Amino acid sequence: MDIIVTIKQVPDPEAPKESFRIDEEAKRILNPANVDPVINGYDENAIEAALQLKEAVGGKVTALCMGEESATRALKQALAMGVDEAILLHDPAFADADATATAYVLAAAIRKLGKYDLILCGRQASDWDQAQVPSGIAEYLDLPSVTAVQKVEVRDGTVRVERILEDGYEVIELPMPCLVTVSNEANRPRYPTLKGIMAAGKKQIPVWNAAALEVDPARVGRAGSLTRVVKLYIPRFEGSCEFIEGETPEEMGEKLALRLRELKII
Amino acid sequence: MTQGVMVFAETTGGTLASIAKELLGAGRKLADALGEPLLAAVLGHGVQEAAQEAVYHGADTVYVADAPVLETYQTASYTAVMAQIVAQAQPSILLIGMSDNGRDLAPRLAFRLGTGLASDCVDLAINPETKLLEATRPVSGGNAMATVVIEKTRPQMATVRAKTMEPAVRDPSRQGTLVPVEVTLDPATLPARVIERVKAKAEGVRLEDAEIVIAGGRGLKGPEDFYALLEPCAKLLGGAVGASRAAVDEGWVPTQMQIGLTGKIISPKLYIACAISGAAQHMAGCGYAKTIVAINRDPDAPIFQRAHLGVVGDYKKVIPAFHKKCEELLKK
Ligand SMILES: Cc1cc2nc3c(=O)[nH]c(=O)nc-3n(C[C@H](O)[C@H](O)[C@H](O)COP(=O)(O)OP(=O)(O)OC[C@H]3O[C@@H](n4cnc5c(N)ncnc54)[C@H](O)[C@@H]3O)c2cc1C
Ligand SMILES: Nc1ncnc2c1ncn2[C@@H]1O[C@H](COP(=O)(O)O)[C@@H](O)[C@H]1O
Repeated sequence: MDIIVTIKQVPDPEAPKESFRIDEEAKRILNPANVDPVINGYDENAIEAALQLKEAVGGKVTALCMGEESATRALKQALAMGVDEAILLHDPAFADADATATAYVLAAAIRKLGKYDLILCGRQASDWDQAQVPSGIAEYLDLPSVTAVQKVEVRDGTVRVERILEDGYEVIELPMPCLVTVSNEANRPRYPTLKGIMAAGKKQIPVWNAAALEVDPARVGRAGSLTRVVKLYIPRFEGSCEFIEGETPEEMGEKLALRLRELKII
Repeated sequence: MTQGVMVFAETTGGTLASIAKELLGAGRKLADALGEPLLAAVLGHGVQEAAQEAVYHGADTVYVADAPVLETYQTASYTAVMAQIVAQAQPSILLIGMSDNGRDLAPRLAFRLGTGLASDCVDLAINPETKLLEATRPVSGGNAMATVVIEKTRPQMATVRAKTMEPAVRDPSRQGTLVPVEVTLDPATLPARVIERVKAKAEGVRLEDAEIVIAGGRGLKGPEDFYALLEPCAKLLGGAVGASRAAVDEGWVPTQMQIGLTGKIISPKLYIACAISGAAQHMAGCGYAKTIVAINRDPDAPIFQRAHLGVVGDYKKVIPAFHKKCEELLKK
């Protein structure tokens, strides 16, 4: 079975809050100083799901990432986790792509790969939180799709997933090829082993640019974007917390109840 | 020329969902600002009454696709029928709720229509000069806010976060038109098959509806205190128990208890966060609570920047004393 996983490199969401930075002028989210970027968390879940499927039914896993040259870092890590092949989609023209322009390039790369049974993506990318790109890939490739799943299995040539709902989940069966987006409930991503890291070090990461992908220049990057960010800012919350004082935590607990009563909240 | 603000008015069990009422409320304001009609799309089976309710909640014209094939949500069927309705009605703006189904439908539909989409918006406005929709959305979990416009394509699409818009007020004297939509979709051609729907075990007050919510985070170090300390206290106050994603990821509590960006959005009158640091992604789900109480032993925890009342201390000691005092107060 041929599985493609799309991964995005993002600023580490676990970095200290104070280190969060944006460029208001260029409307970009920046990587915090001194904190290395990471594979988007849900994409790690997608990689893990792909590796587990490969272990169960055999096959090959290919990771695709559209990004700066520095995003080879994420692809190296995917290789270290056990992905068979990793390809970087990079071209200066791809910069500042919105979901439409990103999905267009990823779909072109998947077409170029040609062989695939299942495409696994993350549920959303933690930098812009759009949760759009996978549906776009599916639409461009005319594939059935299901988003935000907590389980993916392959049985008798069909894909069976559990889509998360507010009050439970839904079991859905899809024919292959299809596209599924993975949520964090699905698994715990493995850590690369030393052997994996060594093997990844030796692997080449091909770079496919606009020419290699034969994409329409008007449909990539900023030029191909349909949404435009006109303002990007950091919200400020005026800290006006009233602290409950007390000698002991027990005393504070009691005082909290009294204060809430006073405010007629309980 | 495209004209009108359309909302995807979702139904649950044949009645208008609360998110639909919120969208109708928001949509009405945008439509009035533009001087254009408010349109609604109602999809399902046995939804005539819900369509009429959409009129009572502010819609001027409601496109009703009522067919057995639309009984349960499926990406392919809903995308196809919505694309058909949009082609027929030609709205300039299309709003969809960020619900289980809306978050799946909206991006697929946007790509089908070849238009842009602003995801998970918390504020919508019409620019008085350009007449464009300005959709404001939290990004990076809420660490930043972005205002997005869609200039070249129509409809301008946005998904809207639950509980961020004032719901429309029902007025049964309102008049509107129901337009039946012909559904020619053959269920046999749908690629996916929904095998079953499994309900998570749920007792007591629903988290989304609770007026008081007590939530626990990674600092609880295990499932025990959720059930031994938080649950009895929530019960006493007639509330529900929630959790941070860290507690869910650890497997201490089910995912349906998660509050936040990718969990539930709640707006109770009282939210008590125990041993939760207050990451932006968590606050995305509880920031609309009227009163936020934080119990955390780290005085520098970010949650104190968002809390109205704060206790610096160990929840293990604070909560039992709080519980006891509440018990006394409630007896009086
Ligand atoms: C794309 C994305 C989506 C996300 N979605 C969500 C979401 O929907 N919901 C969500 O919650 N998170 C979400 N997160 C995760 C979020 O960023 C944080 O990692 C998470 O909220 C942290 O949970 P926590 O506060 O319980 O844990 P921590 O950040 O580890 O905080 C634990 C806190 O407990 C305190 N503490 C420890 N022991 C005690 C004690 N005995 N008494 C008092 N205080 C104590 C500590 O001081 C600390 O402040 C998301 C992240 C990403 C990247
Ligand atoms: N630049 C990218 N390169 C590879 N995959 C991406 C890229 N952007 C988005 N994706 C995939 O699409 C998912 C959802 O992203 P988004 O729609 O941006 O929230 C991510 O989890 C990735 O799997």
